[in-house]
Amino acid sequence: MTNVATQTWVILGASSPIGRSFAREVARSGAHVILAGRDLEDLQRTASDVRIASGVNVEVSSFDAKDFSSHAESASRWAENSGTLNAILLFGYMPQQSDMDSNPKLLLDCVFTTYLGAISILHHLAPHLEARRSGTVIGIGSVAGDRGRLKNYVYGSAKAGLHTYLAGLRNRLARSNVHVLTAKLGFVDTSMTWGAPGPFLVASPESVARRCLAAARKRRDVCYIPWFWLPIMAIIRSIPERIFKRLTI
Amino acid sequence: MRWKRVELTGWGRVSRALSEAARPERIGALKPILDSTSAKGLSIYGGGRSYGDSALNSGGHTCLTGRLDRILSFDETSGVLEVEPGVTFRKLLELLLPRGWLCPVTPGTGFVTVGGALAHDVHGKNHEREGTFGQHVTEFDLLLSDGTIYRINPESQPDIFRATCGGGGLTGIITRISLRMQRVPSAFVEVKEQRIRNLEAFLAAFEAEKSASYSVGWIDALARGRGLGRGILQIAEPATALPRTWKKSGYRRMPFNFPGGAINALSVTAFNELYLRRVPAAGRRRIISYADFLYPLDSIDDWNRLYGRPGFHQFQCVVPYAEAARALRRLLDTVADSRAASALTVLKRLGPGRAGYLSFPMEGYTLALDFPNRRSTAELYHTLVEATLDHGGRVYLAKDALLSRRAFERMYPELPEFRRVLKEVDPHARLQSDMARRLGLKA
Repeated sequence: MTNVATQTWVILGASSPIGRSFAREVARSGAHVILAGRDLEDLQRTASDVRIASGVNVEVSSFDAKDFSSHAESASRWAENSGTLNAILLFGYMPQQSDMDSNPKLLLDCVFTTYLGAISILHHLAPHLEARRSGTVIGIGSVAGDRGRLKNYVYGSAKAGLHTYLAGLRNRLARSNVHVLTAKLGFVDTSMTWGAPGPFLVASPESVARRCLAAARKRRDVCYIPWFWLPIMAIIRSIPERIFKRLTI
Repeated sequence: MRWKRVELTGWGRVSRALSEAARPERIGALKPILDSTSAKGLSIYGGGRSYGDSALNSGGHTCLTGRLDRILSFDETSGVLEVEPGVTFRKLLELLLPRGWLCPVTPGTGFVTVGGALAHDVHGKNHEREGTFGQHVTEFDLLLSDGTIYRINPESQPDIFRATCGGGGLTGIITRISLRMQRVPSAFVEVKEQRIRNLEAFLAAFEAEKSASYSVGWIDALARGRGLGRGILQIAEPATALPRTWKKSGYRRMPFNFPGGAINALSVTAFNELYLRRVPAAGRRRIISYADFLYPLDSIDDWNRLYGRPGFHQFQCVVPYAEAARALRRLLDTVADSRAASALTVLKRLGPGRAGYLSFPMEGYTLALDFPNRRSTAELYHTLVEATLDHGGRVYLAKDALLSRRAFERMYPELPEFRRVLKEVDPHARLQSDMARRLGLKA
């Protein structure tokens, strides 16, 4: 990210509060912003806000993570912007585990959106990034993907799959000078965790957005946001399966 | 829509309510919120700066609007601004003052949301000149309990407009507000401060300065006898030939609740003496930023914790000019005799401007007093209410947690019109609040 004036940031899942904050952050540094998501009316509101606050060019783009057949065209459309292309993937779907247990449709929706949607759009974006030999991809991982546990293992498995995919993509794109960051988030204070039973150590969406961008600028490969999840997850990962399988955490 | 059980409080931290809260992040989430409310209805909670129970809904549902915080348009030639209801005055100041635009009416803290300002038809230190906030609102979008969003302006829907301005969030959920901003030459004001020896001198000084852009008086409410009503008068005018940017002071938080008794007659006497002496006997002039002038207490984010766990009450009334001298003397006498130690006593002049049926202002003087919440506070409050009524005045609902239904009805003659509109726009009384039940707003 040397010349900020020629940066384009595609924010996928831009209606999320992290997306809104991230848009405000990158716009402040002068980047061109593309807000992608399903609720276009909502995205228009965010676009106005970002445009008025920072004076940058903000576009709204229809994107549905589960509509795989539209992904190739979306990727080419975003790639029409000259300069460096960057993307952050903020969409995901986390139903309560108990709801998924009783309704397999939710189970598939969770994996389709969180995992397949992400790898599908990245599959179509990757060649454009390789061709430009520049750019950053921020994939949003989760502490839930570090270990399968009783309360959230379907969503966790989708994020675990995404972690592995992002590692492979990083390996591939590094050859083309494209950077891939896996930002593993803890609980964030958004509608996804609002009213959910017992989330703790909740971070604000503004701080998460800022830290994602800072980590990308430092070209970090994998990071936890906030950082204190690193030791917590190190401990949780180190519990032997023999014991872990009896725990409820 | 997921709900979360939370305890919400008014700014005075005396009124508290446990309710199921939703915090929508987009306009599309509002309808399901309205649809899933129970018999106790839904209240709307913005910045949490109303002192009493106007945004609370014990045992019911509450919609937190803080995440609806986007600027939707700004026309740099006409100054017309469109925003979502959760945008704060602080955000408007930080964004638009560097471009030479200011909100013409702003309350005394920048943490108030624009939606809350409309719902209480707030005023500032320039009411005589600029009127209330609602008078600068050109139109707004209102989600009614029938699930439809209506565009309301004072010409096409005067009744709904007047019921919503100052209506405490009881007509519907605001989804968009348009208002006219004001051009200012710089980010600074020139403030003139003078010591005032007593109440008579205060009223004369206000009268002499009535053409000023801003005026506000601070009173030492513990002074008695010949010094009754002594204090400091602040007059301010926009400063020219200065930059549009200013050095922002940092925001600090109170790390803990003060002990309940920290604000008492002794500490307030000492504070008042120091505060008075800050201004030299001959008066002084200085240049300060709009941010520091309009929002003097905002550098400490949660100063309400000064009053400790028991919290505090604010009493704010207005009395007509003709009665002002006698009424204010009676009010201040009552307060001084009670030794109730109002740490922050503010006197302002109000003009006739008001935008809604339940708007607070009338031509006269408004007095605001803070009291730590003690056993005797409610009694004192009601004594002040009686004095206000005797002199034809009224109490400000945005500050109130204690007013009785009987007193309220005598103070707000347009209440029948307000109730009539509510019946029309919210026939099943889905929008509710603890204040609405206490004062019978929906009866």
